[in-house]
Amino acid sequence: MSIAQESIIKKPIKKRFKRTPYLLVLPGIGWLFLFFLFPLSTLLATSLQKPAGLSPDDGYLPAFKVSNYTDALAEYYPQFFRAFLYSGIASVVCLLLAYPIAYYMAFRARKYRNLMLVLIVAPFFASFLLRTNAWKTILSGDGLVVSVLNSFNLLPQERILNTSLAVIAGLVYNFLPFMILPLYTSLEKIDPRLIEAAGDLYSPPSQRFWKVVWPLSLPGVISGTLLTFIPASGDYINAELLGSIKDKMIGNVIQSQFIDLRDYPTASALSFTFMAVILVMIYLYIRKAGTDDLV
Amino acid sequence: MNKEEKLQDIPAEIRPFLTRRRVLQAGAIGGAAAVAAACGAGGSTTDSSAPAAEGVDISETDKKVVWSNWQAYMPLSETDQTYPDLVAFTAETGIEVNYTEDYNDNNEAYAKYKPLLDKGQSLGVDIVTPTDWMAALWIQNGYAMKFDDANIPNKANLNEAYRNVSWDPGRSFSLPWQSGFAGFGWNKAKLKETLGTDKLTSMEQFFDPKLKGKVVVLSELRDTIPLVLSWQGNDPTNFTDDQFQKAIDFLQSKVDDGHIQAFTGNEYIQALEGGDVTAVIAWSGDIGQMGADYGFDLPETGGSIFVDNVLIPAGAEHKANAEKIINYFYDPVVAARVAAYVQYISPINGAAEELLKTDPALAENPLIFPPDELLKRAYSAMTFTPEQAAKYSDAWAKLIGN
Repeated sequence: MSIAQESIIKKPIKKRFKRTPYLLVLPGIGWLFLFFLFPLSTLLATSLQKPAGLSPDDGYLPAFKVSNYTDALAEYYPQFFRAFLYSGIASVVCLLLAYPIAYYMAFRARKYRNLMLVLIVAPFFASFLLRTNAWKTILSGDGLVVSVLNSFNLLPQERILNTSLAVIAGLVYNFLPFMILPLYTSLEKIDPRLIEAAGDLYSPPSQRFWKVVWPLSLPGVISGTLLTFIPASGDYINAELLGSIKDKMIGNVIQSQFIDLRDYPTASALSFTFMAVILVMIYLYIRKAGTDDLV
Repeated sequence: MNKEEKLQDIPAEIRPFLTRRRVLQAGAIGGAAAVAAACGAGGSTTDSSAPAAEGVDISETDKKVVWSNWQAYMPLSETDQTYPDLVAFTAETGIEVNYTEDYNDNNEAYAKYKPLLDKGQSLGVDIVTPTDWMAALWIQNGYAMKFDDANIPNKANLNEAYRNVSWDPGRSFSLPWQSGFAGFGWNKAKLKETLGTDKLTSMEQFFDPKLKGKVVVLSELRDTIPLVLSWQGNDPTNFTDDQFQKAIDFLQSKVDDGHIQAFTGNEYIQALEGGDVTAVIAWSGDIGQMGADYGFDLPETGGSIFVDNVLIPAGAEHKANAEKIINYFYDPVVAARVAAYVQYISPINGAAEELLKTDPALAENPLIFPPDELLKRAYSAMTFTPEQAAKYSDAWAKLIGN
């Protein structure tokens, strides 16, 4: 009797709230549709168009020209490969540089923690382009860095600017904060008592790190590498400003196809392929690393 | 006669303050906008015969004019970072000038504006400054508005040599802003160190193995290719596909062996100053403005010459104001001031005489007053058919790594 009563009271309440979650996600879905799905489908349609004439000024006609993809890939696979290679190296270097910083901030910095956070975020106050351009001055031939390294004969090409080293260094610099911040948040959540407990159980410092801290910080490592790798592989500013002809990445090609050559189908095909490759890589990576507590 | 030494005679207060970063920044923002616009416009074919949209001219009620020009193309006062000539124009006419240095690249600007022009929309810009071949494309596509000559009486001052061009007979749609050379620019001290001379005169020197990795070449196809074509014994004003390919192949070999460090726009200024490069293929005015430590000359086999033009885009809202400011700069006195500062050739009759009155030393400057001997080896690349343009641009993009 009392159970029946309860269910009678509960039912209408349940019903009333059933649609609310959907209503709540509606603006988000609408946003995604308008600014993601719609442009994406336009991009797909463009990538299959065929030229109406011999010049880009003649425009392009709707078609189903799959050879846009194969031609673009056959021509520009080196730039694809380079984009993933450079951003891969940059992500690893970022991780190596960021981990000690994030670790220090989470466990040792105490009252300097906020100051360090501000310092890490501060570069964002200046424009991305300005900061990258500043590297041209820092790495210039008459600059301090190059002169010092040259005096030890450490530079095979006697310069840094317009080499792959400069491009990777630029990528590392520009995307380092995106690695530090997620690492810091996941390290900061670790209960220091766990490390103490490991110490109490006679585990040496290296084991304390690899068995306790590292596994618990993995969500930060994964989100950090994703946040670094994805934008870095699509970046073209660093390769444009700091690299030579042989350091151009896929972003440069897409930019030039869109802007200089106005070959919209090729540019779209390249963009689409790039997105697909990234998607597959991320899928494999996340499946391997697990997303259970990816925060 | 050492022509470069004359460059230091320019008064210090009008030496350029180049804000390259700002230009790059503007360029990138423009580029992003163009990509966005291109995505939207890619699906439609364009009717290139569409007539220019005649925008409503609000010059009378809205006293301003927007001018998109190349970087370092207007005298700038170093003391207060203003453009004295624009200030004077505003004082004289009451028309406010919104002057931007965001015309950074012919192709980029075209890609950015084309979708708007095709839709007949206003660009929000009243004057653009494309180079000859690009100006021809604008006019041919109906993207430029015909001048009302009554507003530009000073048009009569245009030098005879520029009056009749095939793509704009009688100059109804475009007027030359400045003309200049593309040739060798170099750091004298560094060149002396490597080659033992502070003069760069031949392509053989430019591609001397000692300069390996120390040279930068202009990324503008039509400015660079005449140097190679003429050196290979071909005529840059009339060449075949094979001859073009031969020039590309040569440059490709120099890219492959690491001789050419990069292809850039006027970022080479920074590279020259920073000591990363010794020699560049550059625009004359840029090197002229850099001072006496740097040299500029055309290769003895030939360099290139270009003309940048002002034109009013279709749908511009301040057409009459634009014509008034063009007229203002067609005054020989004003034109002389501009030429002295930007170090390019003024297309305006009487500017030379004015310039000599104020600063006789500048007459010796071959970049501003090119002698016939120099003009004879300055080529303007032939006009490409649309097919050639597409094909050559594609080959060029591949060469420069894109």
